[in-house]
Amino acid sequence: MLNIRNFSIIAHIDHGKSTLSDRLIQHTNIVSERDFKDQILDSMDIERERGITIKSQSVCLPYKARDGKLYSLNLIDTPGHVDFTYEVSRALASCEGAFLLVDASQGVEAQTLANLYLALEHDLEIIPVINKIDLPSADIEWVKSQIEKDLGLDPESAILTSAKEGKGIEDVLERAVTLLPPPEGDPEAPFKALIFDSHYDAYRGTVVHVRVFDGRIKAGDTILFMSNNAAYKVEEVGVFQIIREPRKNLSAGEVGYIIAGIKTVSDTSCGDTVTLKQNPCEKPMAGFKEAKPVVFSSIYPVASDGYPELTLALEKLKLNDASLIYEKDSSVALGFGFRCGFLGLLHLEVVQERLEREYDLSLIITAPSVQYEIGLSDGNVIMIDNPAMYPDPAGIEFTREPFIRASIIVPDRYMGTVMTLCMDRRGLNKTYQYLTNNRLEMIFELPLAEIVYDFYDKLKSVTQGYGSFDYDLLDHRETDLVKLDILINGDRVDALSQLVHKDRAVERARLACDRLRDEIPRQMFKIAIQGAIGSKIISRKTISAYRKDVTAKCYGGDISRKRKLLEKQKKGKKRMKMVGQVMIPQSAFLSVLKTDD
Amino acid sequence: MCNEAATERKGGIYIHTPFCVQKCLYCDFYSTTNLSLTHDFLSALKTEIKIRKSAFQEFDTIYIGGGTPSVMPPEQTEDLFETIYKNFSIVPDAEITIEVNPGTVDLPALKRYRKIGINRLSIGVQSFSEKNLRFLGRIHSAPDALKTVQEARNADFKNISLDLIYGLPGQTLKSWEADLVKALEFAPEHLSCYMLTYEPDTPLTSALNKKHFSPLEEKKTGELFMATRAFLARNEYLQYEISSYSLRGIFPSMHNRKYWSFHPYTGFGPSAHSFSGSIRSWNHRSVTLYIEDLKKDQLPVENKEVLNREQKIIEAIYLGLRQTDGIDLKNFQTNFNRRFEEMFEDVVALLKNKKYLEIDQGRCFLSPQGMLFLDSIAGMFSGTDFYLK
Ligand SMILES: Nc1nc2c(ncn2[C@@H]2O[C@H](COP(=O)(O)OP(=O)(O)OP(=O)(O)O)[C@@H](O)[C@H]2O)c(=O)[nH]1
Ligand code: SF4
Ligand SMILES: [Mg+2]
Repeated sequence: MLNIRNFSIIAHIDHGKSTLSDRLIQHTNIVSERDFKDQILDSMDIERERGITIKSQSVCLPYKARDGKLYSLNLIDTPGHVDFTYEVSRALASCEGAFLLVDASQGVEAQTLANLYLALEHDLEIIPVINKIDLPSADIEWVKSQIEKDLGLDPESAILTSAKEGKGIEDVLERAVTLLPPPEGDPEAPFKALIFDSHYDAYRGTVVHVRVFDGRIKAGDTILFMSNNAAYKVEEVGVFQIIREPRKNLSAGEVGYIIAGIKTVSDTSCGDTVTLKQNPCEKPMAGFKEAKPVVFSSIYPVASDGYPELTLALEKLKLNDASLIYEKDSSVALGFGFRCGFLGLLHLEVVQERLEREYDLSLIITAPSVQYEIGLSDGNVIMIDNPAMYPDPAGIEFTREPFIRASIIVPDRYMGTVMTLCMDRRGLNKTYQYLTNNRLEMIFELPLAEIVYDFYDKLKSVTQGYGSFDYDLLDHRETDLVKLDILINGDRVDALSQLVHKDRAVERARLACDRLRDEIPRQMFKIAIQGAIGSKIISRKTISAYRKDVTAKCYGGDISRKRKLLEKQKKGKKRMKMVGQVMIPQSAFLSVLKTDD
Repeated sequence: MCNEAATERKGGIYIHTPFCVQKCLYCDFYSTTNLSLTHDFLSALKTEIKIRKSAFQEFDTIYIGGGTPSVMPPEQTEDLFETIYKNFSIVPDAEITIEVNPGTVDLPALKRYRKIGINRLSIGVQSFSEKNLRFLGRIHSAPDALKTVQEARNADFKNISLDLIYGLPGQTLKSWEADLVKALEFAPEHLSCYMLTYEPDTPLTSALNKKHFSPLEEKKTGELFMATRAFLARNEYLQYEISSYSLRGIFPSMHNRKYWSFHPYTGFGPSAHSFSGSIRSWNHRSVTLYIEDLKKDQLPVENKEVLNREQKIIEAIYLGLRQTDGIDLKNFQTNFNRRFEEMFEDVVALLKNKKYLEIDQGRCFLSPQGMLFLDSIAGMFSGTDFYLK
């Protein structure tokens, strides 16, 4: 155990965690030159396309240190985006140390701080790393002073790296060996391991990702999940080395996986403790704090009979995304689906894309909402995140909406534009302070509802990419809420309703009608789109009917071509759902929130 | 529509002649202007016919299309027919059509066609207006068109079809009717009236995209379609398919109907498709590849597809609704084991309500207004999740 080191690489988004991981992996030669690709740990298509890490990924590196001994370094690359903080916190639970990366030209940003706090919460040994020192705009001294002042870490201990050019890589490995503590735990004690992740393999069932704290495990043992007493016979244990690398056993201090023919998806849950049936440990480990979703939205299958498939897909996805929560929901327009909670908008998009890609589903996502507190005249207070559940306004005493404390770090020349943006969003400016010469931290209190959709994109654009943003939930505050309904050809489409601030209702209604007019293709008859509060119409748009199709000849060969066109329409993103008498494309449901650019 | 029916049905032969004097601006059919290949093409074609020779299947239609079949010298066409007759069993009263384009054919050639058994002519007139012909990039003039139609009658063709195109930029009801009136002077047995379509990758479409002209408004094109039907009906031409009209209903194109009714057909020549009832295969869309393969005594097939149930349903609807007879509901149920009205309950209700579709006497068909929306309506059918039911 003395030669094991478990550590995460944490940082603000894009500071180079995955690239640094690449270099460490290459240094230890576990992947052949031929099989190597950049950001190799970002293995999902969606990660590669977007160039960001979404899942924490562990990899076990054999490293022969300068002291001549062979070490087993278990590295976990983590995501930097706020929406995936839950991934970071779970990764940290299996580590003794963390490398905190700071981009030498960007300096400390919002998620640098947030991730530092997470690591401190877990009592980890933290080693600062200044990365991207190759950049002409790198300012090492400036970053060092931030490390000292903003992070409270020893700037002299910072390792200087260029992940891109492979500089400082061995320093990172050596410091891991010399500065980070080995794991504690007793290999002879009853087996005890924490599930921090898992995924479903079509052939082998659930693959459980664990950090072993005590004891050891091997194929043939019978494991027990402590939350539900489900028992399975272990088929294989091993470690992750890009691919699964089977081992004879896993023992205290190690991070790896267990395969035990687990076909009942719901048996495995993140944060559960695994022990052995023969000689179980006394009590389960603390597990993880529940992820706290901030936005809620409904997911429906486009196919009218797609509900069972969606159910199964969500169960399996939940294995690999512990932050996802959901419950059954139904809509008059769209049938059965699920109300889901997400950690943010990017998280929502990722879930949608993963369900569509990994489970080959075609989905409709409704406009996201936050969770409101509603006080009823009978004295009850209820929490509502679904417009469909909004009670009769006559019976409402008060409504409260969630507020956040937003920390925005920007060069001071953007102070004015950021101020305008936040004020537009019903924000209250609390304070600001200079972090360094010309870098400013601005603190606002903002309604969460105002930031869920596109705040981050807007901030990026008004600050030309220099603004970084982080937030904490504060509390619920009194507000004036109304339910905005959308009627299409006179029929209220429940899946298009939104809860909005009263002062915003007219603007929101106009926006929703505009978006729907753009999204819904012209059809054979006129389509009226209306925004209404109660029975009062507050905005209206129409889509004129079109007059004819261009119908071409159709002979032998054309028949296949025509059919393929029809088939394609059905598969693409523009797949239509018939709601009442109108065909509405999938994408329309989410579009109602999109603001003007 | 179903496999057994396909085998007992007589087949159709389609021959694709991949040559044209010049490419028309709107055309996306496969053809080349390299006429020096006609000889090699003919040998290849004869080889293909020999390879596909069938002892069992009887054929009751032959259709020589293209391209411009009339650019082949008549002796080559005679040679071709000799090979066809030698290798396939053609019923005595078979419908045998050749497409000819004004400006590529004369009276002696037409007489020779008649002699080898061709009994139906499809003439690519397109328009009797010089301006329109130029816009379309046709090689012939209005007098050429008149001459060819006249000569066809002189050569004793008793079943003539004229192709016309409408919906050109700036076209008025009056100018289109003038074309129709002119066409009717010859009392053709059949008329094909096509709406001009802007196919991808054609010069006309790229000119449109560059805004060199503005297309006729949808509303007007729609009006022309409705006017065509009405005008022709007054003159005893009955619509039987979205763009096909036959005199007193007695001269529909038997060959084209096969395409719309899932009957089997065998296609020869580059880009030609064959259909067996559930397998559709197609030849290379290139004369040179076509010739190369056949030089090696190899079928020039580029690919094939086996239609699954869902695909058959989509085709049955798309093709059924093109025809005024519509979809035969009993047939549909036999083939797909479900009632059509049940499978498409919502869509049918909506379309009936809007008067785009009718169900009557065991058939489901589009109203004239509905025909204007054939593609969208087919899209509504195929867009539902019927295949899950
Ligand atoms: N110049 C330079 N670029 C670097 C260096 N390290 C990483 N990059 C670039 O920075 C960008 C982001 O790198 P990643 O490794 O994906 O960053 P990350 O921290 O993993 O990002 P997330 O996972 O999205 O939080 C990429 O374009 C890298 O090529 C470096 O040392 N020098
Ligand atoms: S003659 Fe017919 S096949 Fe040839 S280019 Fe013109 S339209 Fe196309
Ligand atoms: Mg990354």
